[in-house]
Amino acid sequence: MTAARLTSLSGVAARGGAAAPADHPVKIDVRGLNFYYGAKRALDGISIRLDANLVTAFIGPSGCGKSTFLRTLNRMNDIIPNTRVEGTVEIDGDNIYGPGVDVVQLRRRVGMVFQKSNPFPKSIFENVAYGLRINGMAKTRAELADRVEESLRAAAIFDEVKDRLNESALALSGGQQQRLCIARALAIRPEILLMDEPASALDPIATQRIEELIYDLKKNYTIVIVTHNMQQAARVSDYTAFFWLGRVVEFDRTDKMFTAPAEKLTEDYVTGRCG
Amino acid sequence: MSAGSRRRADLLFQVAALAALVVALTALAALLFDVVSDGAARLNWSFLTNIASRRAEEAGIYHALMGSIWVIALTGAMALPIGVASAVYLEEYGTHSRLARFIEINIANLAAVPSIIYGLLGLGLFVRLMGMGRSVLAGAATLALLALPVVILATREALRTVPGTIREGSYALGASKWQTIWHQVLPMATPGILTGLILALSRAIGETAPLITIGALTYIPFAPDSVWSPFTVLPIQIFNWVSRPQSDFKVNAAAGILVLLGLLLTMNMVAVIVRDRFQRRGRS
Repeated sequence: MTAARLTSLSGVAARGGAAAPADHPVKIDVRGLNFYYGAKRALDGISIRLDANLVTAFIGPSGCGKSTFLRTLNRMNDIIPNTRVEGTVEIDGDNIYGPGVDVVQLRRRVGMVFQKSNPFPKSIFENVAYGLRINGMAKTRAELADRVEESLRAAAIFDEVKDRLNESALALSGGQQQRLCIARALAIRPEILLMDEPASALDPIATQRIEELIYDLKKNYTIVIVTHNMQQAARVSDYTAFFWLGRVVEFDRTDKMFTAPAEKLTEDYVTGRCG
Repeated sequence: MSAGSRRRADLLFQVAALAALVVALTALAALLFDVVSDGAARLNWSFLTNIASRRAEEAGIYHALMGSIWVIALTGAMALPIGVASAVYLEEYGTHSRLARFIEINIANLAAVPSIIYGLLGLGLFVRLMGMGRSVLAGAATLALLALPVVILATREALRTVPGTIREGSYALGASKWQTIWHQVLPMATPGILTGLILALSRAIGETAPLITIGALTYIPFAPDSVWSPFTVLPIQIFNWVSRPQSDFKVNAAAGILVLLGLLLTMNMVAVIVRDRFQRRGRS
């Protein structure tokens, strides 16, 4: 356990020299995070630092805690009863588990895209407009329409849906629904985008579009993506964290993780020998 | 068991199920046929627009029909918001408290309480204590109490069918709990809520006992014009006619039953239309 934690810390140190810190200041700083479902500990002493405007991939076998960890970053786990968090998660230096933190405000800054696309049973337009409306982010109807279009464009789906914005979102294909959900998340202009296996239910072509999108989006967003697909992690991410039994075994630049990992366990996993 | 005997058992069950269906439908059809053959002749426009009379041929059902419509509309207006709000609390806010579980059990029990008990409660609480008198308001309030458990149970069931992914999607966009419930959960639960409401109101519109208890069994030769008016309702008027010795009034009673059935069918139809519209809004 200690070894694993040390490795993850040394990974952070190693990358401090590799990436230019001025371009990518630390966005998320997690220290000593434990997470419990009832009495069961799902996350064990996670410490990790994620930099702004980079894509970080979380890999690891099912049930290793990567999704749970992702959901601690926007406090999505708060809505699950009988859960408990220890440790700190700082975003831009503020602990999001500190007293007096407004969870609603936090989730506005930290957007999320889920494994299974979950469009609301409303029109395409209304799906994107919802976040803007509830957060009072558009004053006029024209501004609302502009922001919706801008978000749909940013999620590379506008051209496909521009003629049927008032049709139900449920009529879209799986891949389109997922991009709509990304557009919906982008509409409220978050700083961080969390993606929980966003392409796991999609065909290869739709997956490719999502991956291209992630590449474009990192200019403006800090992206954290959970994936089961090793090739996907290698393709889209700058950094990769390998989770195993609720711990971060190794965290380093993606190219290094896949070619010369420091840990035997990581090597076994990325080469398909375990997990 | 051989294949042959298994097939025979299968066939036997099918026949038994069919027989049960035939018995149920025959009873219903016989009832309907009897009522229609008795009352259809009396059913015309003047029957709907005339008020009660001592002469059977001149007697109409206008005042009772209007009374029923007033009472049912007001019952729905009271039972819907209170029932939905109660269910939202129990399902979304208080799910894990011991109090909520205690209330939940009692609501299920309340749904099974005989309606005359509600009548006695209405008489004591609304008519006497709150001084509403024998008014439309007191009648509707009593029936709303009767309808509430069904509305609450149906609403909770409907809320439970809204997928968690929709709630998560809403929370992830920075929606508060209340915004999530109001903008996402309740609209998706609306078809189920409406079904429950119509079920409850269909029961309420046929209720006689609680309204007799609070004093609706009087000769009221006019339709209500406000919530404070005294009133009578269709089932009471029907009961009234049935209890007369003259056979002509029995015909009136049959016609009255047809009117009540018509009102019930209209309500159900409206519910189906509204429900379809809400469901289509999501899909299409």
